[in-house]
Amino acid sequence: MLRFALGRLLQAIPVLLVVITMTFLLVHSAPGGPFSADKAVPEEVLEALEAQYNLNQPLWQQYVNYLGDVLQGDMGPSFKYPGRSVNELILSGLGTTAELGFYAMMVAIFIGVIAGVTASMRPNTAQDYVPMTAAMIGICMPSFLLGPLLVLIFGIHLEWLPVSGWDQIPGDKILPAITLGTGYAAYIARLSRGGMLEVLSQDYIRTARAKGLSEFLIIGKHALRGGLIPVVAFLGPAFAGLLGGSFVVETIYQIPGLGRFYVQAAFNRDYTMILGTTVFFATLIIVFNLLSDMLAVWLNPKLRQQVRGE
Amino acid sequence: MDANSSTLTAEKGTSLWEDAWIKLRKNRLALIGLGLLVFLCVISLLTPWIAPYGYEEQNLLMGATPPSAEHWLGTDVFGRDMLTRIMWGGRVSLMVGFIATAVALAIGVIYGAVAGYVGGRVDAVMMRLVDILYALPFMIFIILLMVVFGRNLLLLFFAIGAVEWLTMARIVRGQVMSLRKQEFVEAAHSLGLSQWIIIRRHIIPNTLGPVIVYTTLTIPSVMLLEAFLSFLGLGIQPPQSSWGLLINYGVETMEEYPWLLIFPGIALSLTLFALNFLGDGLRDALDPRTAKD
Amino acid sequence: MAALLDVKNLKVHFHTRNGLVKAVDDVSFSVNPGETLAIVGESGSGKSVTCYSLLDLLPKPPAKIEGGTAMFDGEDLLTCDKDRMRHFRGNDIAMIFQDPMTSLNPNLTIGEQLIEPLIYHPDKARRQDRAAAKQRAIELLDEVGIIDPERRFDSYPHEFSGGMRQRVMIAMALINEPRLLICDEPTTALDVTIQAQILELIKKLQQNRDVAVIFISHDLGVVAGIADKILVMCNGVAMESGNTDDIFYNTKDDYTKRLLNAIPEGAKTMENRAQARNPLVEVANIRTWFKDYSGSKVITVKAVDDISLKIKRGEILGLVGESGSGKSTLGRSILQLVPTQEGTVTFDGTDLTSLSPKQMVPWRRRMQMIFQDPYASLNPRMTVFETLAEPLLYHGIANKTNITEQVQALMDDVGLARAQMRKYPHEFSGGQRQRIAIGRAIATKPELIIADEPVSALDVTIQAQILDLILGLVERHNLTMMFISHDLSVVRYISDRVMVMHHGVLVEQGKTETLWAKPKKAYTKNLLKAIPVADPRSERARLSS
Repeated sequence: MLRFALGRLLQAIPVLLVVITMTFLLVHSAPGGPFSADKAVPEEVLEALEAQYNLNQPLWQQYVNYLGDVLQGDMGPSFKYPGRSVNELILSGLGTTAELGFYAMMVAIFIGVIAGVTASMRPNTAQDYVPMTAAMIGICMPSFLLGPLLVLIFGIHLEWLPVSGWDQIPGDKILPAITLGTGYAAYIARLSRGGMLEVLSQDYIRTARAKGLSEFLIIGKHALRGGLIPVVAFLGPAFAGLLGGSFVVETIYQIPGLGRFYVQAAFNRDYTMILGTTVFFATLIIVFNLLSDMLAVWLNPKLRQQVRGE
Repeated sequence: MDANSSTLTAEKGTSLWEDAWIKLRKNRLALIGLGLLVFLCVISLLTPWIAPYGYEEQNLLMGATPPSAEHWLGTDVFGRDMLTRIMWGGRVSLMVGFIATAVALAIGVIYGAVAGYVGGRVDAVMMRLVDILYALPFMIFIILLMVVFGRNLLLLFFAIGAVEWLTMARIVRGQVMSLRKQEFVEAAHSLGLSQWIIIRRHIIPNTLGPVIVYTTLTIPSVMLLEAFLSFLGLGIQPPQSSWGLLINYGVETMEEYPWLLIFPGIALSLTLFALNFLGDGLRDALDPRTAKD
Repeated sequence: MAALLDVKNLKVHFHTRNGLVKAVDDVSFSVNPGETLAIVGESGSGKSVTCYSLLDLLPKPPAKIEGGTAMFDGEDLLTCDKDRMRHFRGNDIAMIFQDPMTSLNPNLTIGEQLIEPLIYHPDKARRQDRAAAKQRAIELLDEVGIIDPERRFDSYPHEFSGGMRQRVMIAMALINEPRLLICDEPTTALDVTIQAQILELIKKLQQNRDVAVIFISHDLGVVAGIADKILVMCNGVAMESGNTDDIFYNTKDDYTKRLLNAIPEGAKTMENRAQARNPLVEVANIRTWFKDYSGSKVITVKAVDDISLKIKRGEILGLVGESGSGKSTLGRSILQLVPTQEGTVTFDGTDLTSLSPKQMVPWRRRMQMIFQDPYASLNPRMTVFETLAEPLLYHGIANKTNITEQVQALMDDVGLARAQMRKYPHEFSGGQRQRIAIGRAIATKPELIIADEPVSALDVTIQAQILDLILGLVERHNLTMMFISHDLSVVRYISDRVMVMHHGVLVEQGKTETLWAKPKKAYTKNLLKAIPVADPRSERARLSS
């Protein structure tokens, strides 16, 4: 298993390099960017950039320098906030976004799986139609629509829950987590329903039934393992999506997280921040995908043995 | 029975397409979706002629008003008619949806068909590339592109299309691969038919089904992506507007003028609903296994 | 002695999209303790549905039990509640299924699946703890013939072959000492030698345990040796029932007679039309290897490994082998449908392996293939007319003016009604589809036809019709044929000469009757010994030896 992980990690490194390179080139080719000596750039920032990047050097040299810096974990000075480094900003927002993402993922997985599995137990009945219609609504109502609506209803009219900030007022984590997680809960509900239905029509479920096992055992012990495979496969893209979704949710709920910083950086043309955050996100996503790939292999006995044999 | 009379008495068979259409007709939700989609497309096409007010027509004295007889969906802060704005926004959203999907379709079908038909090592490499790309944070790249190169509509189409082609490639590759192994394709090969005829008469007609289904399901995905970007201010730029942008404006003033958020929201959600139900219905109708007996 | 299971007037209906299907229509039968009842019928006869309804394993909807009783030990299985049914399942009545590859959960070890009936026993007093259950399971694995049972206890299903998986299923079914064992076509998916082993195993276990058995099969030959009573079903109706000997030797029922007659038996009756002059096909040292990229490592599969053979003009050469022997690949290699790595294939003097794909085209007209699966060998989106017209038009045999005539002539030749010309494959039965496929194969008037298991997917009565059709066509059109099959009786019925293949190599070859009478290699001997014969007395003698 270890060798398999290492193998995948090695495959991931060139991907990361491609990401860094492309981002670097994109940023440097931006018209009116800092690297084209825009006079509107404040003195201090220009000095800091100059010091870090030696803007007079040829492009490939700057690239190598940048690469070197990144590998040591140094993302450079912020373009928008003189005196602060990108690293600082990333770290300050990271905890918040990570927590938000975690809660949203929990919402997505728990609600999604429970809804999907329940629906699959009695297909084409109310037990199926109700959760699946709710799931369809969840898919068709994007977070930037759901969020404001929830804010309107629960925050402004009913005044049950707070609608801004994070960790300031008790309960202010609820709406953001729900907003971010609902779309994915809906998708996971459909995936798990589909996966379970596929498994429940298999011959080995009929064998389990013929052995006299209870419905509970059949679903929980025999069917779930195979039925949730599409969900496990989806975890990687889900993570990437949650990261992207955090941009919107943090904006709506005024949460000082990494997502919001990223959006603001995009608006403000804070190029070093964009560069740094993109690299950081890409790394996270690649690591997460690696983990979920490994999980998928571990769950399949045939693949697990093949990998162990290597 | 002599040769002449038999041609007249040959019974007509029911093709798989006809069979699928019959199945689809029985799915009420899918039909509603189809009807709604057709309705929206017609309205969008005719908007320049049937919109009640001018697109840019402002009435600053009136300001934002709730729905009334003159303005069925109310007006925004500049006094512009919301119904008109939603109609025009719909044009853009649907256009982005269809065109970007077409881009994804073109790239994905060709890539997937080549990988599936050639097979072997070439296929293994091509699909590994797809796996890797699948894991990348495309959202971030698009945002980057938008930031760097400005909000060019054409660029938007290609950027979104470039994200969505992966799933289509996988679907097409899977279908072509399983078809290639089917015995009727082997039979065609054994009859000496040329590769081109095999592809045209045997492979393509049998691939159309899943392609149609996933195209129908890609359009809402694309529209969502565009709305997302526009909402963040990184997609469609004024003076043009799309539903995502309208929702953005609506959120800003949602406490005082909730209808500015609700109506574009409903428009977007309904369209997504319609497309998803239609796509689901098509999938059930075209898949021989999901016959609900 | 009271019957263990007494089924009376069972009616099961399916409410499908296309109307009502009377899957089981007023069927009655009984099974005594320790007795074996065989339920025999072709596809659609309702034999499986009958038994599934006993254990409430039918999907409802669309199935509905419309009437009848099934008394097991004084209780009616059809009307008992869910908890009571769970009490019967796996405990008093156990079931094993047809496909051992898909009937075991791939995600759990076989040990875990084996002990489940013990540790989750509905009767709490009889539940065992894991240690005791494991012990019991290992004993049973040993009894059914699994070597090294203690280590294999923790293995996964994919680590076993088909035959071994079926043994595991049998162990799993017997672990709670049931009084009735229902076997749903348990050997249909297995090779003939493995089938013989499993039949012997079931017989032995039944005698040791005094358990009643219901054995479902489409093959009368398979049940001849093990059944005490037989019930013959057709389209949901019970055609005949009685003692095995009565059914085989003294049947009065027409359908049963048809079934018995349809079983290919004995030597080929048609004359051998092989010509002595130079062979039509000569294969020399052919090797066909594949690379498998699907797993984490690339594996090389040696499907055909250094084979040489000749096919004489006018003869029917039978190619026999079990699954995985490479026989289908050999057929395809001869037709150059798969790339061959080494060796030559000479057809009428020309080496096909030296031709480019473009040069092959005119040669392809002269050699065609009939495929096994009548469902997959026709393009579902083309009508019969289009399928048959395609080769005629492509090779210029017909043109736009006479195409309809020619297609109709083809349809006549293979026994299809002309009125069906504009229909699609899914509107035909399996046998009719195979006729269409055969029509397509002879459209270009080929000299050589390679038939790859053309009747294996068909019911036995249809099989007989198609075999006769093939023999007729060979005679009328002067064809040379290679007939590939795993079914030795069919091969004997149709072939002049036979070749036996195993793991990619030719084991033995010779004139059909000579091979049957005096097989030289051990593999061939085992193969021939394992063939079930539709003769109860000889089968019983064989099984007890």
